[in-house]
Amino acid sequence: MTFNATAIREDFPIFKRTIREGRRLVYLDSGATSQKPNAVIDAEMDFYRYHNAAVHRGAHQLAEEATDAYEGARTIVAEFLGARSDEIIFTKSATESLNLLAYSFGGANKTNRFHLQPGDRIVVTEMEHHANLVPWQELAKRTGAELAWFGFDESGRLDLSTIESIITPNTKVVALTHQSNVFGTINPLNAIVDQAHQYGAVVVLDACQSVPHMSIDVQDLGVDFLAFSGHKSLGPTGVGILWGKSELLNELPPFLFGGSMIESVTMIDATWAPPPRKFEAGVPNMAQAVGLGVALRYLQNIGLQEIHAHEVALTGRLLQGLQEVSGAQVVGPTDLNMRGGVVAFTLSDIHPHDLGQFLDAQGIAVRTGHHCAWPLNRKLGVTATTRASIYLYNDEDDIDALLAGVNDASEYFARS
Amino acid sequence: MQLDNLYQEVILDHYKHPENKGLSEQKDVQVHHVNLSCGDEITLNLTVHENRIYDLSWDGNGCAISMASVSMMSGLLKNKSLDEATLVLESFLSLMQSKGTQSGDEHLLEDAVVFAGVSKYPSRIKCALLGWMAFKDASLQVQGKNQ
Repeated sequence: MTFNATAIREDFPIFKRTIREGRRLVYLDSGATSQKPNAVIDAEMDFYRYHNAAVHRGAHQLAEEATDAYEGARTIVAEFLGARSDEIIFTKSATESLNLLAYSFGGANKTNRFHLQPGDRIVVTEMEHHANLVPWQELAKRTGAELAWFGFDESGRLDLSTIESIITPNTKVVALTHQSNVFGTINPLNAIVDQAHQYGAVVVLDACQSVPHMSIDVQDLGVDFLAFSGHKSLGPTGVGILWGKSELLNELPPFLFGGSMIESVTMIDATWAPPPRKFEAGVPNMAQAVGLGVALRYLQNIGLQEIHAHEVALTGRLLQGLQEVSGAQVVGPTDLNMRGGVVAFTLSDIHPHDLGQFLDAQGIAVRTGHHCAWPLNRKLGVTATTRASIYLYNDEDDIDALLAGVNDASEYFARS
Repeated sequence: MQLDNLYQEVILDHYKHPENKGLSEQKDVQVHHVNLSCGDEITLNLTVHENRIYDLSWDGNGCAISMASVSMMSGLLKNKSLDEATLVLESFLSLMQSKGTQSGDEHLLEDAVVFAGVSKYPSRIKCALLGWMAFKDASLQVQGKNQ
């Protein structure tokens, strides 16, 4: 069966509305957040309508149903990633997942393997989203560890030529993105994982832009921790995932303290429940977790490999088209090798904010600005770019509409 | 098209041929303002003689709306007294907050009334205000210094 984006769009109610005076919605901002299929919206609503109760508490039927739905979602996420259920932690966002790690490492005492002190090193890359950069900067400041980073080359690929001088024997953490949210580059992990593990460092993967778009198996990736967000994966906002290897989660100290995460409490001390409960203090975002489970099932039913192939094909069409637009300059790889459906570009001297406004008037939604990756933009010497990001519900018409819009914008802003 | 209300030709003109761009060597105060949501930035130099704006120069980069707005503002405020400039500033602020219901006071704002269309686009109001907020900050600093 060929991939049918038109049929998929039928599942997403938002595509039934129009934009700016009756125009067809061309949504090319899924890298910021994805749209939601009816199944997800219904699941979230049904949880509140029929099953709402605090999970893991209460001796009543609703509490049982809520717990089953919530833990069922955890099982779905585990299967989706090729992981064990007790390795899946629900957070409120990928940002919280990454902060959870940074705070937990920072709170680890001297006898704990995650303890950081002056002389230790934390490695990141220059293409990180602020969510996978600033928490590590702050952790370095709190612990006295030094921060080092990989740069990237002019095509937006990670520069691994200096790997041995960057991931050094004193490195404790290597945190990097799986797919750049600006370049679209998919980073190769093997060499980094090998080099990090050689020195006992853990590898933290920001998979926000990869998990929703391609088939992922954490065993194959070889990393130690992985974070992604629900709302970029067709799921609701307010739910993120942190996956960690079981033996590491056992050693990792908790970050948020409170109800649900304890084993036993006295007036002066407490002990912790086993993972994942140790990391889920308080009543969690239950309906959102359930919605995420349904979203991941939806993606699986269509097929992650098929989705990825569809997105790569559309990316090829977009890259090809942009090459023919006078003044358009892609920021990131222009070939399809190890590349996802995120395409950032500049258009002669037209500011991205103005281009975005022009496209919006045509019903085309793109992201403009620094995309929460300010150091990357600084290095490129551009304050902002325009970014189109592609997902399963996009089709060739969307790409062609964008290309036509970009051409028209050149003409529009050249007047006067 | 509604977009034409936003990008009037006089705005595109100022964007392409900005006034008072390039920082003066002398200044009483210098301020640097950034639009956090998009990274647009502006540096503004202000020199005041006897309560009158003697020189107002700026540099920066950003969208057509933010750059045209600061360009027009600089021409409008130069040689005005600080009190007159405050009236102009308040008039512009009120226009930006009008959600498209005001057409602007031409007597005070002159060409800057073309920004009336911006007030219908919530995400662009900050663009139009970037330079004006920098000026407000600078003028308060100058007055603080002179007291």
